[in-house]
Amino acid sequence: MAELGTIVEKVRSKNAGPFWLTVDIFCGSPEAYVRVRDGLKSFDVARVLDTPLQTLKRFDIEDLRVVKLSLPRPAVQGTREDRDMHGAALAALVAEIDIS
Amino acid sequence: MVRILIPSGALGLGYDPEALKRGIANRPDLIAIDGGSTDSGPSYLGRGVSKYARSSTKVEWAGLMDAARRAGCPLVIGTAGTCGSGSAVDWLLDITREVLAETGNSAKIAVLKSDQTPDAIAKAFAAGQVTPLPAAPEIDAALIESCTNIVALAGVEQISEALATGADIVIAGRTTDTAIIAALPIDRGVDAGLAWHAAKIGECGALCATNPQSGVLQVDFEGDAFVLTPLAEGAHATPHTVSAHMLYENSDPYLLYEPGGVLDVTDAVYTALGGTRVSVTGSKWVPSETYAVKLEGARISGFQTIVMALLRDKRYVANAAIWADDIVAKCTAKVLARTGAKADDFSIEIRLIGQNATLGALEARVGDPVEIGALGLVTAKTQALSGEVGKLLNPYLLHHPLTRDEEQPTFAFPFSPAEIDRGPIYEFCLNHVLRLDDPMAAFSLEVVDG
Repeated sequence: MAELGTIVEKVRSKNAGPFWLTVDIFCGSPEAYVRVRDGLKSFDVARVLDTPLQTLKRFDIEDLRVVKLSLPRPAVQGTREDRDMHGAALAALVAEIDIS
Repeated sequence: MVRILIPSGALGLGYDPEALKRGIANRPDLIAIDGGSTDSGPSYLGRGVSKYARSSTKVEWAGLMDAARRAGCPLVIGTAGTCGSGSAVDWLLDITREVLAETGNSAKIAVLKSDQTPDAIAKAFAAGQVTPLPAAPEIDAALIESCTNIVALAGVEQISEALATGADIVIAGRTTDTAIIAALPIDRGVDAGLAWHAAKIGECGALCATNPQSGVLQVDFEGDAFVLTPLAEGAHATPHTVSAHMLYENSDPYLLYEPGGVLDVTDAVYTALGGTRVSVTGSKWVPSETYAVKLEGARISGFQTIVMALLRDKRYVANAAIWADDIVAKCTAKVLARTGAKADDFSIEIRLIGQNATLGALEARVGDPVEIGALGLVTAKTQALSGEVGKLLNPYLLHHPLTRDEEQPTFAFPFSPAEIDRGPIYEFCLNHVLRLDDPMAAFSLEVVDG
């Protein structure tokens, strides 16, 4: 087991408009891509971001060695409940998922 | 061939003047720059103001006005003044006229406005012409009427109309980031799939290349391809940096919804040209059956007062969550007892900086911080009540003890007064599209001399 963030180049999260969040996992090497593609469970991503699994969109993009996940924002951008205006800090939660 | 010069991802972010000079020497057909985004939050649209400093905007805009004059081509900005409201467009128009007066120049300026009246949108909603996008909030007529600003996102049709006036400068209100780049090529007969794809890749300037801070990007349309050339010294575009940009702030890496259709890049092919440039083919544009533009709206959701205290005492740092929960409970009770406010008139929250202020309940890590910032957030229906609750919260954040028996503690206040009125806070409340029979029906276009 290893933390996702330690085996990939970068985990980035950003707003995709005020209502959506998108997380891009740049794996770097083909080996890391395969490990993430097969080892990262969408269920775990949904769990750490506290979002229903069925709202999570996942794209495994082999050409770029990227796994991309998009979901409705945990809190709509800029509402009283929102803590992270640009959605960039949420990447840490995904980077800290343990994968085999 | 059609050549578009993109100085940077947004006016206000700066651009490399040497790279811009190279771009001018290459004789572009248009200089296009984006002026905004929703990314900085709802307050800018809610208030109809720019995020960037006027001084910075003026310097950069004057540089681009000069560049367009030298290149002999039009200059277009979309989403002027961060939010693209009418007031933000007027703000940039005012700056434009000031620059023209100071440089002894004149220009024909096309002003495209994207503002919608809440009344018109409420009527369109009642008529079934406003429909939700995925993850849209529930709306009704009253919510629409409560918006302080509503804008529609212009596409290529509206930008083309503005360019067709023969204006030297186009100042557009809210526009999709891509439309300002895609409009001219489409007018000149470039395939719409290529034009929109190039626009999506180029919308952030050189962010699709190495040395992304350099800003300046040139996009050429030739035959069935478009070619991207970053113009800063040492900047390279590669098939990887370019195709990876489709991921950026986009929930789907293959599809991009725009007014009048959807861009599909599933079959796009990215080819390196000489190590620094990239050629792209194979993008498709799929027109939609009906023409619709996206709406953005913001409204006041409350008024806020913040209070901040710093905990350095080890025992308080270790028990900060218990301390904060107790304060919220006791202070809420005191507000109810003393002010006549009802429970749903206000809320008190304390975020513990150093513990979980960024992620809240989602935070899974536990650390051992040296100190904790206790950020008290009071939100209320009026600023008067918010300020009053802030004053009631102040003594708790200064002196609240963990137990009854101990000597009264005092925590660090970083400034006086400790409470700060933030004024109204806004929320985005529309994630919908407006169906239009005529693309210009929701937009206004005026040509003025400056």
